[in-house]
Amino acid sequence: MAQLDLQQKLAILSDAARYDASCASSGTTRRDSTKGGLGSTEGSGICHAYAPDGRCISLLKILMTNFCIYDCAYCINRVSSNVQRARFSPDEVVQLTIEFYRRNYIEGLFLSSGVVQSPDKTMEDMVQIARRLREVEQFKGYIHLKTIPDADQRLIDQAGLYADRLSINVELPTDKSVQAYAPEKSPATIRKAMGAVKEKRAGSLDRSFRGKRPPKFAPAGQSTQMIVGADGSTDRTILGQSTSLYQGYKLRRVYYSAFSPIPDATAKLPLVKPPLVREHRLYQADWLLRFYGFDVGEITQARPDGNLDLEIDPKLAWALQNRAVFPVDVNNASREMLLRVPGFGTKTVGRILQTRRQRTLRYEDLMRLGALVKKAQPFITALGWTPGSLTDSANLRARFAPPPEQLQLI
Amino acid sequence: MHCVPLPMIGTDVAWRAAARRLIGARVKPADVLWDFDNQSPQLFESTVELPEPRRPMKVSKEFVALANTAVWHSDPQRFARLYALLWRLRKEPGLMQDRADPELAKLRQMEKNVRRCQHKMKAFVRFRDLRSDGPRRSFGAWFEPTHNTVEPTAQFFMRRFADMDWMIVTPDVTAQFKDGKIAFHEGREKPELPEDGAEALWGTYFCNIFNPARVKISAMTSEMPKKYWKNMPETQFIPGLIADAEKKVQEMREAAPTLPPERMAHIRKQLTAQAQPASWNMLEAEIAGFSEPGFSDRAVMGSGPRDANLMIVGEQPGDQEDLAGLPFVGPAGQVFRAAAGRVGLDADSAYLTNAVKHFKFQQRGKRRIHQNPSVREIDHCAWWLRTEVALVKPRLIVAMGASATRALTGSGTNLLKRRSTVETGVDDVPVFITVHPSHLLRLPDSERASAEAKFAADLQNIAEMSNSAVS
Repeated sequence: MAQLDLQQKLAILSDAARYDASCASSGTTRRDSTKGGLGSTEGSGICHAYAPDGRCISLLKILMTNFCIYDCAYCINRVSSNVQRARFSPDEVVQLTIEFYRRNYIEGLFLSSGVVQSPDKTMEDMVQIARRLREVEQFKGYIHLKTIPDADQRLIDQAGLYADRLSINVELPTDKSVQAYAPEKSPATIRKAMGAVKEKRAGSLDRSFRGKRPPKFAPAGQSTQMIVGADGSTDRTILGQSTSLYQGYKLRRVYYSAFSPIPDATAKLPLVKPPLVREHRLYQADWLLRFYGFDVGEITQARPDGNLDLEIDPKLAWALQNRAVFPVDVNNASREMLLRVPGFGTKTVGRILQTRRQRTLRYEDLMRLGALVKKAQPFITALGWTPGSLTDSANLRARFAPPPEQLQLI
Repeated sequence: MHCVPLPMIGTDVAWRAAARRLIGARVKPADVLWDFDNQSPQLFESTVELPEPRRPMKVSKEFVALANTAVWHSDPQRFARLYALLWRLRKEPGLMQDRADPELAKLRQMEKNVRRCQHKMKAFVRFRDLRSDGPRRSFGAWFEPTHNTVEPTAQFFMRRFADMDWMIVTPDVTAQFKDGKIAFHEGREKPELPEDGAEALWGTYFCNIFNPARVKISAMTSEMPKKYWKNMPETQFIPGLIADAEKKVQEMREAAPTLPPERMAHIRKQLTAQAQPASWNMLEAEIAGFSEPGFSDRAVMGSGPRDANLMIVGEQPGDQEDLAGLPFVGPAGQVFRAAAGRVGLDADSAYLTNAVKHFKFQQRGKRRIHQNPSVREIDHCAWWLRTEVALVKPRLIVAMGASATRALTGSGTNLLKRRSTVETGVDDVPVFITVHPSHLLRLPDSERASAEAKFAADLQNIAEMSNSAVS
């Protein structure tokens, strides 16, 4: 086989990496290059480009190699697939990252890998790349390392010292489906590795008796990803799993990835259109869980089958089910209650609370505060507005749901 | 009427200085004309130089932050709006807290637009290598921002690219960073920048990171508006990517499943040939994943050197072991350690573990009463014990009590008959069978002395056997 050049390798290995949803480059410590080195991180991330799939390109997201000894049914790189294989040398990854970074194409590197030889060997090579970027190139940008769960704890400890974020994918929502589709992976091992990262992070925040800080360990935290729509799990199962992940392992993010067709797919998994709307609703529900004080039971109560309503967003679905608590008065409702109003986001609620200390809010003010007034209308009262019978009207759902579509004959 | 000229470069400082004097002289907003960059020369120019006020007006930090950002907006009304707000702040000090005030909301909107424009500039400036010969590398970029954001955003590029020289040319202002010093000049025409090989690599990356199965064009254009496209090398591929997406997905769907490559059989064989226990890590994770009703959630792993010659296996952790997370620390463990000490058997040099790794108990009031593990549970946990044996590779294993004996030899019956003998257990390691030390705790005093002596004799035997095994 002819030697692949850098361009071909990059094509193969970025193609293989595109199924990882995470591209975040935010939430790490502030660093810059004014005292030497290259790069900076400033709290908020930057999306340097957008692909036509609407996803942001913030990091150089590549695999170190797409050779893999595992046979996970949903994965393009599984051992039984016939995709073309390639492997970057550590030098190539370092050079690509630095040269792209200098031209302001990226915020940093997201390095993942297929498992070659053994988990330890693979992890060691990845840590090696991160170490060279940090120590030889003095790179201050963002590094996200995908950890190999079976790798030795010592290697994961090292990875956390160089990387801003570590992630381990739980892959599928239930242990049973992991066993069915990723037979070599063990959910218990994945959880243990996540637990170890959490412990290590907690330890890195403790100051010593003299007030000294230990070295920072993965300052942007850890995240994980699960594939939605490959197995039969309901949204309730998925959200329950992410709640326990957020609580148990202090994850920063759980990413949901709609299962999308891959080249050379296995016969085990049908290639359907990726459930993008479902993925979107799951993200909305995820936000409600984390920032709006909802719990899983409330979000999924609207439908008996435990799935989210695809036509309207989960907060609106909840509000329609619980009209007894509405309308709320924006001038004296509590923050908790305001957060439950459809059309109000966390920022809007903050502004409402700030402004109503000065004066009584009028209905016209709400638009200027950033509220989606049309959506909030039936659920609020303000000076100059009361919804009257709108809150309890039978066709309220129809106001928000997309209009019914004529079935096509052919 | 006062006409205030404001320069293109350093607008923020100039506006603040002018506003301070105007407000100090009580000049009404209607009496001020702002002239930005000589774009609207006034007919009636005021030549009155206003003095620096003796007691400058104090405003909240929020107003300063708002003004420092909003002055960079391209709307010609921005200076007048800011001054009008400042005028109102004299009488309404709480105004900045009113998020719904229409005037303030308009300025907030401008501030937001500038912030967004700055953010997009940070994201979409594309440098090209100018190939300098000096010690510092040199890069240049052409960019067309919507608002006057070059000056406020230059700080960001200074922090990020401190170790190289760069310049960002825009129609209005040029920022040049050379040897650690920033300078702003007049803007100019689009310069000819040399071709850069990295752009082809970047294009390859852009095309391949795109997933054709989930085309969402509006999501892309809302975040990367088309006005920026002409100065970004990767955007030339977008039409082609969108056009081919549907076809590519169709091909994926229609492709028949293929046979796995030859490599696979090879790799499978290697994987299965590997010894079952991959590592201690995996073993611990497996054990930690065990949860059954009636058992404690907490696993008590073995303790001691992981290359010990002697391995001692008890039944299961007790109440105290469960709390301490260590085996053989409760009452029975103490009996064993005392007896071992008397015959010169060093318990710390042996690997101590249990047949079952979790404490099985019944809650009675505040106390947790020990329950014997069932045969099924012992057999369930035996796999882990065998893995431990394979990892430690001891020369001799001591099975204490029926549960350990069952786990190691497959049968736990007739313990007293088999006591003090050596049997061959899993992995062909010799297993010495004896009673569990907790047995001694339950005996009446009359029988205890003889039983203790017998147990001590067993330990003596073990000490000698393990010593001879070493030598």
